[in-house]
Amino acid sequence: MTEAPIISARGLRKVYRAGEVDVHALRGLDLDISRGEFVSIIGPSGSGKSTLFHILGGLTPPTSGSLTVAGYDLLKISEAERTRLRKTTVGFVFQKYNLLPTLTARDNILIARDIAGKPVELDADFNALLDLLGIRSRLAHKPRALSGGEQQRVAIARALVNHPAILLADEPTGNLDSENSTAVLALLGDLNRRLGQTILMITHNAEAAAYAHRIISMRDGRIVPND
Amino acid sequence: MINRLVFENLKHRPVRTLLSALAVGVQVTMILTLVGISKGMLEDQAVRAKGVGADLSIRPPGSSAIGLSGNFDERILPFVLKQPHVVLATGVLIAPTGPITSITGVDFPTFASMSGRFRFVEGRPIEQPDEVIVDDYYAKEHQLHPGSTVKIFNREWKVCGVFEQGKVARIIIPLGILQKLTANTGKLSVIWVKLDDPARTNEVIAELRRAGLAEYQIWSMADLISQMSPNNIPVLKTFTAVVIGLGVVIGFLVVFLSMYTAVLERTREIGVLKALGATPAYIVGILLRETALLAVFGTIAGIILTFGSRWLIETLVPGSLTQAIVPDWWPIAGVIAMGGALLGAAYPGLKAARQDAIEALSYD
Repeated sequence: MTEAPIISARGLRKVYRAGEVDVHALRGLDLDISRGEFVSIIGPSGSGKSTLFHILGGLTPPTSGSLTVAGYDLLKISEAERTRLRKTTVGFVFQKYNLLPTLTARDNILIARDIAGKPVELDADFNALLDLLGIRSRLAHKPRALSGGEQQRVAIARALVNHPAILLADEPTGNLDSENSTAVLALLGDLNRRLGQTILMITHNAEAAAYAHRIISMRDGRIVPND
Repeated sequence: MINRLVFENLKHRPVRTLLSALAVGVQVTMILTLVGISKGMLEDQAVRAKGVGADLSIRPPGSSAIGLSGNFDERILPFVLKQPHVVLATGVLIAPTGPITSITGVDFPTFASMSGRFRFVEGRPIEQPDEVIVDDYYAKEHQLHPGSTVKIFNREWKVCGVFEQGKVARIIIPLGILQKLTANTGKLSVIWVKLDDPARTNEVIAELRRAGLAEYQIWSMADLISQMSPNNIPVLKTFTAVVIGLGVVIGFLVVFLSMYTAVLERTREIGVLKALGATPAYIVGILLRETALLAVFGTIAGIILTFGSRWLIETLVPGSLTQAIVPDWWPIAGVIAMGGALLGAAYPGLKAARQDAIEALSYD
């Protein structure tokens, strides 16, 4: 029996209001992503990929269609359930790292544990992951003392500390130089291979997208065939 | 973990934290200074009243236990002296010399019989009509010594003696001179009465009322001293309530502004916390804990500042206001500061909790 996709969207639409204009960000999108897949979503600005990212992460509800993410029906769940989805099921990695500047790298990771209501400590398995990310010796530093690449790796660790079913990465190499970009993308690939982590990466960079198993192209709020 | 974040947030903006705590501290100091002055002044008055050595006091009809209002005919004095169990009675006239200072006219022979002789730290008793004696507190604060002059009622008075404080007043001249000087010839403000048996005080008070002094304010010393509390002065209670109200408003405004700017500044961080799954309660909890910590720091600063305000009063307006340190009011002032601060954090907290995560994450 084939396992059900971890993400399944049918006819997904999102309309939001900008001033007095309705913006159709997603126009009937169909998408299936299997557990353990590493998928890149590529497309130009305004193609709807960021809106899709926000909807899949439970940051905003879709307008219509159907969407299930790890068993959550995102058209029906309440705000509190969306918060729970973010807490337990998805992990975010952002272009601008988004670490809390007042906390050390370790505390930036641990706060995600605290928010999830889990013991505020790092177990041996996670320490091994920190070794893999190459930041174990940098945990006592605050973000301002870390390089961009290190900050992004701390952000990845934070996203994974609660063992989410899906890792959502929005332009994770957008603020990095090519060397650090390569390192971060290789890490994402490694995490996917070693841990079976489902990863959905949004990017407008074709080279970065190529690290994934599958590339999905978007344009004008729809999935289009790859060029 | 949340406490670490709260602490680090406060450390991250030390000037804002310091100013906010200081402003809350000023609020606490305002309350503690006012209450301290009320208490200090009244305690001081109580000590001096005790120093008279009387068992009861008689004041004019309609007067209060602590006020200076009203005088009455000194011919009551011989009438009082004739009453059973009364062994001594002495009258004094009190005249205000400023908003909170007064001079007292004393009949020295009868006063000394009742309370014992004045113990002079420096100088001697009054011998000339232009002489005045002051207590050591007043002398120290005004740097007076025998031979110094003080101006009272537009007249130069020579200080001839400095006596140990605790005797009815701080500045004393002979009763007759003060009566003449203030056009109160034949008038008294208070009659102090000594009994043969202090246990009969209530009995004598009842007898005096029956004998024709029903309209007069007659207090046993115990009752008189118990009346010397800020709670028994309606105007002071109102004033204290107004200052507390102002304090709450100040605390509210300061914390409101501080937390409002903090929420604006941390918009993106709030978005990050929401993306991590933080509930509105978690985010409000961070702000409320920060606020509570500010209120605690502010209360501590306010208590310390109270010692400073006492020093300032003693230095800038010596011999006038006496400020007590009131530890029993520290928790009350703390609760008031906390209340104002939490009220101030309510709206910014709500704003943070309602922040749209996507907008917050795109905030620069």
